[in-house]
Amino acid sequence: MTCKRKIAGTPRRHRNVTNQSLLDARLSISGRGLLQTMKTTSSRFAGLIALIAISPLSVHAATQLQGAGATFPAPLYQRWIAEFSKANPGIQINYQGVGSGAGIKQFTDGLVTFGASDAAMTDAQIQKVKQGAVLIPATAGSIVLAYNLPGVETLKLSREAYVGIFLGKITKWSDPAITKTNEGVKLPDLNITVCTRSDSSGTNFVFTGHLSAVSSDFKSQVGQGTSVTWPTGVAGQGNDGVTALIKQTQGAIGYVEYGYAKNNKLPFAQLQNKAGEFVTATPESGAATLNTTQFPANILRAWPSDPDAKDAYPIATFTWLLLYKTYSDKDKLAALKKFVTYGLTDGQKLSDALGYIPMPAEVVQKCEAALNSVQ
Amino acid sequence: MTDGTESQIPSFHRKGFRFDLFRLFTWVASAATVATLVFIAASILVQAWPAIARFGLGFFTTVAWKTSDPENYGVLPYLVGTAISSLIALLLALPLGVLISIFLSENFLALPLRNTVRFVVELLAAIPSVIYGLWGIAVVIPIVQRIGGPIAGALGFLPLFQGPSSGNSMLTASLVLALMVLPTITAISRTALVAVPGQLREGSYAIGATRWETIFGVLLPTAAPGIVAATILAFGRAMGETMAVAMLIGNSPRLTWSLLSPAGTLASLIANKFGEAEDLQVSALLYAAFALMLFTLLVNVLGELVLRRAQKSISGLR
Repeated sequence: MTCKRKIAGTPRRHRNVTNQSLLDARLSISGRGLLQTMKTTSSRFAGLIALIAISPLSVHAATQLQGAGATFPAPLYQRWIAEFSKANPGIQINYQGVGSGAGIKQFTDGLVTFGASDAAMTDAQIQKVKQGAVLIPATAGSIVLAYNLPGVETLKLSREAYVGIFLGKITKWSDPAITKTNEGVKLPDLNITVCTRSDSSGTNFVFTGHLSAVSSDFKSQVGQGTSVTWPTGVAGQGNDGVTALIKQTQGAIGYVEYGYAKNNKLPFAQLQNKAGEFVTATPESGAATLNTTQFPANILRAWPSDPDAKDAYPIATFTWLLLYKTYSDKDKLAALKKFVTYGLTDGQKLSDALGYIPMPAEVVQKCEAALNSVQ
Repeated sequence: MTDGTESQIPSFHRKGFRFDLFRLFTWVASAATVATLVFIAASILVQAWPAIARFGLGFFTTVAWKTSDPENYGVLPYLVGTAISSLIALLLALPLGVLISIFLSENFLALPLRNTVRFVVELLAAIPSVIYGLWGIAVVIPIVQRIGGPIAGALGFLPLFQGPSSGNSMLTASLVLALMVLPTITAISRTALVAVPGQLREGSYAIGATRWETIFGVLLPTAAPGIVAATILAFGRAMGETMAVAMLIGNSPRLTWSLLSPAGTLASLIANKFGEAEDLQVSALLYAAFALMLFTLLVNVLGELVLRRAQKSISGLR
């Protein structure tokens, strides 16, 4: 009987563990992520054991915040948590990069203190959240077109060229549409292998959104979505899966978050923006893109799908923290506000080094105002 | 029922139905297994229902996996991919597996050596599939990248070898799958060959047949049902293989007959999409899962039936 009660007393924890192992299994499909997955799994289990071991003593001492969601900003959030915990030992924060979709699901089901997603929640999704939801852009990133062409260090792709490549219409690196904008660069007569994401993702959503904004052909043939039927190419799971595919295939090109290309030292192409300039992805050119974003009055949700500024890199996006409108536990609320405020202010200074774009001051102000509305 | 003797003889030694604790345990354990299977099938079916109701059988003839504008899901490319990759894997593994099983059932080598070889082949089955996947990425993909272009150039007029070729492709996945199902084929075929009664071999020699004629004229035909069963069971394993295939096949959502282009299978589809899926997509994935489960169950049942007939016909010869 005692045994039964014990089991019944910890459903949440059990559930987390199963979810986690499932997701880990999913993650590890991309071979490169395997080692990391193994590491995080063991540290998670270690964390779990530690939690079980110390919980009777420390349950009243520390305020615990649970977060889950997008994988793209996860490295930055983990860093924030590490820095923030040093200054605030009384607050324990745990963030799990389970993916945007899963983040929204867990947030909606009330399983976490905060969620995170690369695709801001839609009105329909927000309506399902009992306590109401507040969307707060927390950081931003560019999506780059990384490629694998030995000997080619700079590559300029016109809008015509990169849309054509992802539509499967341009199949050779020696195609005039590419060589035209790359005078002096020796492009091999190699097949182009397009690398895409095999899972549903915010990155897909943003990238297909941009291509749809640029090309009506793309919009009608493929369209925007978290998962689309790409007309060409191979697919890998997650940013690291795509990164691995690009690395192992000569002639490959694929879209990944800027940080992944930077960390893996993959070269990426300069893209032509709406003003006709070729712009390389940097924190500055990304910030120029974010500056063009116009948020609607009532919600901080917007995608700069095709910025018109001259120095703007064409594909950049925010990623969001999802907070409830009201929290019943006031300790948690205070701790959460403190953490998010830290992230919006001091936390932004860590963005650059990790491959994210620091948010413009104007946006940060709006975020702080939104954060104040959380009660 | 009670006759006062149960203290002397443990009751499960006796004939006839008797209620006792041990038998109860065995009953519960077996019933739990059956109940689990039914429960898994039923719960998948329930969660798949929204997709089944919406897409019906058209799900299996549609090429689409779109999460928006409007949502539409279909698994035709994945169905074809599952069938082709499994068939190619069998085509490669069957001759090899049968040859190995002949080698292991004949006395070409001393028994200890034979047992070592057998052990090594069966060890192939113990390698976790993610390791096959990593090995495929490190070794098979570069090979396919190198030979893919020339093959597409020479045989590109056949739909099966149409270019452009890609390292992550149906061919890569099939090659690794072939290796993965090899132990299944070898182990069951060897058992079937070993079970062929010795008199048959002696009889064959007695009427003047050579060893070659004996193996191909007597032993293999006698063991054929067992080898067929091995093939079917291996087919079931190839169909359901997930991790290695997802790492190697290229996960393309397009319908293709070419071995050199990326493709997808039902199992890899589910593994790839499930983590980030929501609402109707989850349901569609479970629909695909239900279909895959049904197919593998059917294939396995078929394999078992053939195997059972094979054992019966051989035991009749004794």
